[in-house]
Amino acid sequence: MAQQLTAKEPTAEQIVEQKIYQQFGVSDYEFELICGFLGRKPNYTEIGVFSVMWSEHCAYKNSKPILKKFPITGPRVLMGPGEGAGIVDIGDNQAVVFKIESHNHPSAVEPYQGAATGVGGIIRDIFSMGARPVALLNSLRFGKLENDRVKYLFENVVSGIAGYGNCIGIPTVAGEVMFDESYEGNPLVNAMCVGLIDHDKIQRGVAKGVGNPVFYVGPATGRDGIHGATFASVELTEESEEKRTAVQVGDPFMEKLVMESTLELINSGIVLGIQDMGAAGLTCSSAEMASKAGNGLELYLDEVPQRETGMTPYEMMLSESQERMLFVVEPQHEAQAQEIFDRWGVICKKVGKVTDDGRLRLFHQGEQVADMPVKALVDECPVYEKPSQEPAYYRANATLDTAAFAEVTDLTGALEKVLASPTVASKEWVYNQYDYMVRTSTAVQPGSDAAVVTIRGTRKGLAMTTDCNGRYVYLDPEVGGRIAVAEAARNIVCSGAEPLAITDNLNFGSPEKPEVFWQIEKAADGMSEACRVLDTPVIGGNVSLYNENAKGAIYPTPVIGMVGLVHDVDHITTQGFKKEGDVIILVGDTKAEFGGSELLYVLNGAAEGRPPAIDLATEKNMLGAVLTAIQGGLVASAHDLSEGGLAVALAESAISGKIGAEVNVATDLRPDHLLFSESQTRILLSATPEKAAALQAHLTEQGVVNAAIGTVKGSSLTINVNGKSGVNAPVKQLEKVWKDAIPCLMK
Amino acid sequence: MKFAVLVFPGSNCDIDCYKAVEDTIGQEVDYVWHTATDLSAYDAILVPGGFSYGDYLRCGAMASYAPVMNEVVKAAEQGKFILGICNGFQILTEANLLPGALIRNTGLKFRCQQQMLEVVNNGTAFTNQYSQGEMIDIPIAHGEGNYYCDDATLAELKANNQIVFRYAGDTNPNGSVENIAGISNKKGNVVGMMPHPERAIDQILGSEDGKRMFTSILNAWREQHGAAING
Repeated sequence: MAQQLTAKEPTAEQIVEQKIYQQFGVSDYEFELICGFLGRKPNYTEIGVFSVMWSEHCAYKNSKPILKKFPITGPRVLMGPGEGAGIVDIGDNQAVVFKIESHNHPSAVEPYQGAATGVGGIIRDIFSMGARPVALLNSLRFGKLENDRVKYLFENVVSGIAGYGNCIGIPTVAGEVMFDESYEGNPLVNAMCVGLIDHDKIQRGVAKGVGNPVFYVGPATGRDGIHGATFASVELTEESEEKRTAVQVGDPFMEKLVMESTLELINSGIVLGIQDMGAAGLTCSSAEMASKAGNGLELYLDEVPQRETGMTPYEMMLSESQERMLFVVEPQHEAQAQEIFDRWGVICKKVGKVTDDGRLRLFHQGEQVADMPVKALVDECPVYEKPSQEPAYYRANATLDTAAFAEVTDLTGALEKVLASPTVASKEWVYNQYDYMVRTSTAVQPGSDAAVVTIRGTRKGLAMTTDCNGRYVYLDPEVGGRIAVAEAARNIVCSGAEPLAITDNLNFGSPEKPEVFWQIEKAADGMSEACRVLDTPVIGGNVSLYNENAKGAIYPTPVIGMVGLVHDVDHITTQGFKKEGDVIILVGDTKAEFGGSELLYVLNGAAEGRPPAIDLATEKNMLGAVLTAIQGGLVASAHDLSEGGLAVALAESAISGKIGAEVNVATDLRPDHLLFSESQTRILLSATPEKAAALQAHLTEQGVVNAAIGTVKGSSLTINVNGKSGVNAPVKQLEKVWKDAIPCLMK
Repeated sequence: MKFAVLVFPGSNCDIDCYKAVEDTIGQEVDYVWHTATDLSAYDAILVPGGFSYGDYLRCGAMASYAPVMNEVVKAAEQGKFILGICNGFQILTEANLLPGALIRNTGLKFRCQQQMLEVVNNGTAFTNQYSQGEMIDIPIAHGEGNYYCDDATLAELKANNQIVFRYAGDTNPNGSVENIAGISNKKGNVVGMMPHPERAIDQILGSEDGKRMFTSILNAWREQHGAAING
């Protein structure tokens, strides 16, 4: 039987003659290198293992030069990139663990399972560090919501995220969803998980101690997800539908059991090393654990629990069946570990041992079926410096005056149009499907700038957000990259928290295209600069390249996941206006900046010109001043100005607060420019009449531009510009437009 | 007074229930595993929400056959206080401790939101600290919370004053019969409800209207306990 099965596999000679390795994304050059490392030609199992370890997804072979740009250290960083997730100190022996990861290609062909397993994978990254996952976030991009295929993808991606997160019992507290033709056929599904850990519980994925047993935990291995990592590292094509088998199937109930039993195992203190089986499954986890310890590993594949009969070594090593972990303990702790998993009803099986020869060796049916140097698998994948070229559109856009559009005079009508744009509209349709309250610590629920989760037993909280305006990044990757980080920080500060660090998800098109590579480089430069200035190092992340559709690359979309520390729950601030009579204060300067703006997109579908400018020093100073004002108790509400500018921020604060506002502004700008410009470094605050003067004095003293522009009042939003009526609408009417937009499109 | 919070594989509101008992009434509370065969030490049993056994068959169906459920049935017969929340409510109906069934929401989607409820019966051990007809804010989070029963059962529920909570006014989120959000057994010592009182015990979480469910239970126990001593 075994012979028959292996007979189906190409021989080492056939792999060379028929260049079978090319199907796995291995180039001729890389194949030569592999033969060199082995000192012979690889067999089918070995070339399979190399191909996934050397895929972009696992080896970052095209993005390593980019990732080097990011600042990754800071006084609070306990663990930077390289392990399952980064870790930041938050005092009192506690730390926050977080990471974002993409599941774009799986979600494009099988949206429910693609999104669900994206959530499952990122949760495993967090608890494999020893942390208790406390919150989930996501960042989603789809094509235009009028399109039926887009509706199908949107509906099922949201459903998949809900299905997994709700069942496992981790609240999905925040996220962002944007819609643009650019993402048609290649949606972005990025999932982020945040966990809490005590310093002394931090785990690493290392196979320590020669002779120690290696254990497999979780459900049996099936043939699902084979070559998932390779699939993630090529462009989607019409044939991608056939690759549905490369999409894994999730079981959140099983993951709940694996999570609880694993955390119990870790808390018992006997674990030497642990890692989840994510991309490239058993291959990647075993090779990386051995590599980090400088050891080798033997795996006895007959011991691997199997869901299907007749599985080959190739299939077992490359399967991405979900909810599986690999860990190492000393032999005397085997029984104790086994007892924990037995009690939870989770399979735990000894499948290998740590060796000292630096090789990954696989045994099957009494024979050695693969023998590869660990170092070659993990560290020796060639790194490519791709050619980079400034795209023609970028030059063409330089001279375009984006403020020169015909003046919009019906400002109420324009506001309603922008509020009804699915990117700006209320996402209640989305987040009401997520259980965002389980674990009873969600202090700021979805729908505000950042969510806040309290930390039990302390006065502290964690603020968290995901952000990126891909249109800005497309128009100017460097400026757009800066804005993505700065906007995330603004969201964190508006909720009353100090920004700590970021995790990033670099979603770009094919790096083989010099114009795309230029976008990647420039965006990374902008992000890095912003991270340095704002003191928010990059503690981990994910790279997703080859996001392309028939029309070309998606908008470059480096999603920022940021976490901040609320020092005292009394600082928690929300965006809704609070009380009749409160004074509304606009912080920051408004210029006529419309490149990539929501207004232009709504008016004519355009994303052109240059995005708004940003000065990071000014941003840092403004954020510091607003945060100290919030911490000093001067602020009643705070809301970041982003898509749709001042008009949308005012409307959202009024809708959230269920109260109106009367705003009077004097300006040299055109009224439509003032209301819809997307100038950066602006925040809308409100304060009680007693505290407003102190707040303004504080801001002014810190050199922050600010102006009292109105009063919280009544049940309508009225905005008068230079004494003339601009916007005038009942808040209820604006709320209806804003809340009904997505449900109407989805009916 | 001593509480048990049951833990089935897939329960995920067990921690929240446990902490709610600690935070609201400071009484003793233990997690009790689904395999337990003795609940005699407990005065009240909380059956928490979550996705027991993944809800892969019918919600609550597998859990209703767990060993601990035999003890829950006994405890119910003994008149102990039993509260099933969300998946716990589904489990109690599957175990025939409460009539009717919970089926898929009419909107076919999971719904999580703040929810206004009307206290229809403040005469139970779980609601004695509310006033009759009071409107309270208790969140929901479920995909299969649409309470269904036949007409005869409904008539019986009404005749025995077993409807404990209704969704307020026209806010029924799941299509349940007569806006039912929670019911009791005939004796009134077993209550099941889809909304989550344990998520509404602190203003910082959005509402503290759920607190009084816990103080009600303690109050009822103290009255019973006092009566026993006096009697």
